[in-house]
Amino acid sequence: MRAVFALLIIALVVAFAGSLLVGPAALDIGASLSALFGGGTEPARIVMWEIRLPRAILGASVGATLGIAGAALQGYLRNPLADPGVLGISASASFGAVLAFYFGAAAVAPLALPLSAMAGAAGAAMLVRLLAGRDAGTLTLILAGVAISSLASALTTLALNLAPNPFAALEILFWMLGSLTDRSMAHVWLALPFMMLGWLLMAMSARTLNALTLGEDVAATLGESPKRAQLLIIAGASIAVGAATAVAGAIAFVGLVVPHLLRRLVGGRPSALLPASALGGAVLVLLADIAVRLIAPERDIKLGVLTALIGAPFFLRLVLETRRESQ
Amino acid sequence: MTLGKGWFAALLLSLLFGASSATASADGPPRRVVSMNVCTDQLAMLIADEGQLASVSHMASQRNFSVLWQRAGALAVNHGHAEEVYLMRPDLVLAGAYSTRVTIDLLRRLGVRVETFAPVASLDDIRKDILAMGRLLGQSPRADAMVAAFDHEVAAVRTSHGDRKPLAALYHANSYTSGRGTLAAEIVELAALDNLGTRLGLTGTARLPLESLVMNAPEIIVTGQRYGGDNAQATSVLDHPALARGPRPPGAIVIADHEWICGLPFTIEAARRLATAARAATGREAR
Repeated sequence: MRAVFALLIIALVVAFAGSLLVGPAALDIGASLSALFGGGTEPARIVMWEIRLPRAILGASVGATLGIAGAALQGYLRNPLADPGVLGISASASFGAVLAFYFGAAAVAPLALPLSAMAGAAGAAMLVRLLAGRDAGTLTLILAGVAISSLASALTTLALNLAPNPFAALEILFWMLGSLTDRSMAHVWLALPFMMLGWLLMAMSARTLNALTLGEDVAATLGESPKRAQLLIIAGASIAVGAATAVAGAIAFVGLVVPHLLRRLVGGRPSALLPASALGGAVLVLLADIAVRLIAPERDIKLGVLTALIGAPFFLRLVLETRRESQ
Repeated sequence: MTLGKGWFAALLLSLLFGASSATASADGPPRRVVSMNVCTDQLAMLIADEGQLASVSHMASQRNFSVLWQRAGALAVNHGHAEEVYLMRPDLVLAGAYSTRVTIDLLRRLGVRVETFAPVASLDDIRKDILAMGRLLGQSPRADAMVAAFDHEVAAVRTSHGDRKPLAALYHANSYTSGRGTLAAEIVELAALDNLGTRLGLTGTARLPLESLVMNAPEIIVTGQRYGGDNAQATSVLDHPALARGPRPPGAIVIADHEWICGLPFTIEAARRLATAARAATGREAR
């Protein structure tokens, strides 16, 4: 297991460096590195520090958020299909962000953007909890997620159509599929503290999640309260996913794919799976964001397109597996 | 599917109002003109006789899209739907070449004369459009005079050149820039500026990633207007700190989209402002 973490950390470092080295400005590795450490031309330094660095930081932290949130939700709901995207939490966060962004609140008070997105995410998380309940069958959970996602997407589209800015209606893709293009340090400062708070809250639930794998009764005799874990996970996932979505849009399937890939490698224990999924999510989103820039640098392909191309087949396989198990 | 629907609506409308009544007499200038595109709206407002233009699109009276928004307020408004346009009984409908295709087809099937104008890509297109509008509306003398005045103003901007051409980057919403074959690029070059899009070999309207913009370090950045108060991802890239942190923060000139998205005589005003900025940039250096 040590080896798995060591590999994940190496992969993260490599992906982060790769993200810094890829971009439309034709800077070779030497020029990029020298600009990063204060040398090179002024424009090159601006590109590295103001454009690529925030993009890489956000790629890593948004990915970590989605990975750990997926692992926590799967552990808590005891369902391998739980994920912020599938459950409609990301879509609802988008709706919250759109309300704050296009109707002036975020221009007056920048914090309104992540806070409104978090409110959207929390609303969806609680709605899922209400609709499906804990230990709900996979079908109920997915259906609840589908319903919430469609509702949130419809409301987002409606809000964008009614927004005063004529460009708003064209930006539906950003909020539904996510992108890290031309994000700045301002976005990092706005979102990263909240994402870290969310990670902390979710990590605090790890011990309870460990106990819950043995069953609720055992957990109770061990003095672990599922109620507390629920509160930590819903609050943590809402805060982190809300903040991530507020600056990068809704990126699907990361929280689904990553814990699933890593579960076998780190063993089923949530206390190991949570940090591993955070690292894995960061690596996956960074790689997807590199691919976006390599495939068609001038087209601004949305990040969620790539994660869905990887994630959707995965999702289908998981559905088949769960069906086989239940038969 | 669309065809079927279109035919059905056409049939219904002809039953209700009589198929041929919409077409007025073919001889003489049209007397009831409806325009459904913000560019033809404004061109028609400039050239038509009093009372000849019956209706303009809803965008014509909006400050963000139209230069003549105040004058448009006095005219009936349409939203570019076949139904409402047909019911206005026009003898000529003016539309953009990329206006909703099905709407134009439906109106034509109902026997309405529809003339379309393609988006302008050059100063010469502006002259052609003015003359074409003059012919369509039977106001050729007025159009001829307008073209003569326009030529005069273009020549006036052209003679006011500095000795060096500062590099200018057009930066529209969503990080788009204009290269060869666009009106914006021609206007920038008319103003004695070196257009970055053209220099990079771009044609038409193409994406210019923020990184490339920063690396080319233009002296002047020409952006569109912000829509006060509210926000959009499309324009928020202009707030990116990378734009403000240059060694010599580029001078920002704001030319609102509506000032040059249509080819109109007063589009030359944009060229005049850019020429002033070009002179200021070269003057800074001389001192």
